[in-house]
Amino acid sequence: MITYALIFAIGSFSLGLLLCLWRVIKGPRVSDRILALDTMTVNAIALLILLGIALGSPIFFEVSMLFALVGFVSTVSYCRFLLRGDIIE
Amino acid sequence: MLRRVFPHPLLSLTLVATWLLLVNQITVNSLVFAVLLGIFIPMLTRPYWPEMPRLSRPLMVVEYVFVVLYDIVKANIDVALIVLFKRRADLQPAWISVPLDIRTPEAITALAATITLTPGTVSCDLSENGHAILVHALHAPDPAAVRDDIKARYERRLKEIFA
Amino acid sequence: MTDNLPLWGEIAVTVFLVAGGIFGLVGSYGLIKLPDPMTRLHAPTKATTLGIGGVLIASMIYIFATEGRVSMHELLITIFLLLTSPITALFIAKVHLHMRERPDTLPKPEDSEGWASFEADGPARGVRDVMPVEPGSPDKTR
Repeated sequence: MITYALIFAIGSFSLGLLLCLWRVIKGPRVSDRILALDTMTVNAIALLILLGIALGSPIFFEVSMLFALVGFVSTVSYCRFLLRGDIIE
Repeated sequence: MLRRVFPHPLLSLTLVATWLLLVNQITVNSLVFAVLLGIFIPMLTRPYWPEMPRLSRPLMVVEYVFVVLYDIVKANIDVALIVLFKRRADLQPAWISVPLDIRTPEAITALAATITLTPGTVSCDLSENGHAILVHALHAPDPAAVRDDIKARYERRLKEIFA
Repeated sequence: MTDNLPLWGEIAVTVFLVAGGIFGLVGSYGLIKLPDPMTRLHAPTKATTLGIGGVLIASMIYIFATEGRVSMHELLITIFLLLTSPITALFIAKVHLHMRERPDTLPKPEDSEGWASFEADGPARGVRDVMPVEPGSPDKTR
């Protein structure tokens, strides 16, 4: 039963990743693209954790934590760059 | 003396808990390192955070957390239903200006984060003097009701916590 | 993969995985479906948070049911995402405010001159939008 639930969850998050990618390509605003990239990182974290359950390996938690940290910092610095023309003033 | 070593006791406790969660086991080694982090990080970052927020009713925090968690689940179901079943033309997004009674930065930060996580609203900006907050609502046929809801449900509790 | 799991664990993990998957998918679908940039901000900040929360709770239950230990890493990731998603939403909203709105298209704040984005921060100095639109005009991009 868990196998099917895992396949369903992995499928839906992968589909979500593709939908976000479509929004990144299409835009049309810069803020849409940043938002879609941020959602892509969140979806990727979910996929990593699901992979961790499927393979039974704890190493994926460290990977997903690093992904969460890097995704947050990159989103904020991209917005900061758009707002101020500079990241560290 | 105690205030010198622990300028922010709550921050120290949070750092200890975070480190223990990060190493995912409780041994003497990790506990000692967690306590060291909990002592030195608040001391080093003290100049950037001179005033300590006062929690007048710490037990209210637990109630507030549970109210917010319940609202997050409810908000998600609401937003999911709007996304799935509402036609684009029926959607009525609105900008709402919410006047604030709370003044401390910590309370306003908590309120802004709560607004973003709960029913169909995102906090976008603060007024120049910090007396009002700009909120965008996904679907608000009656903006005044959203404003009153935010003030009654979250701001009242935060006012008691950070009084 | 589905080795020696008690029935309650199997049912709970399945429920949380399916709920998480549905919410995650709806959050990403909202990014496609909703009509303008500001409403698009709503779906991912909320639905994906709950979607990932469901997946993390499922993972915690799975590890507890199979190995009998409580794994706390998931809790840390959940708290981290709950703390950071309002900040990213605020930054994206600020980008939108600077590029697409003017002070007179927003409601006026009580007993104040105006909103901090326009009064205190000054103009945005970053790159401009490739498809400039008159600020405040309706923006029904698909």
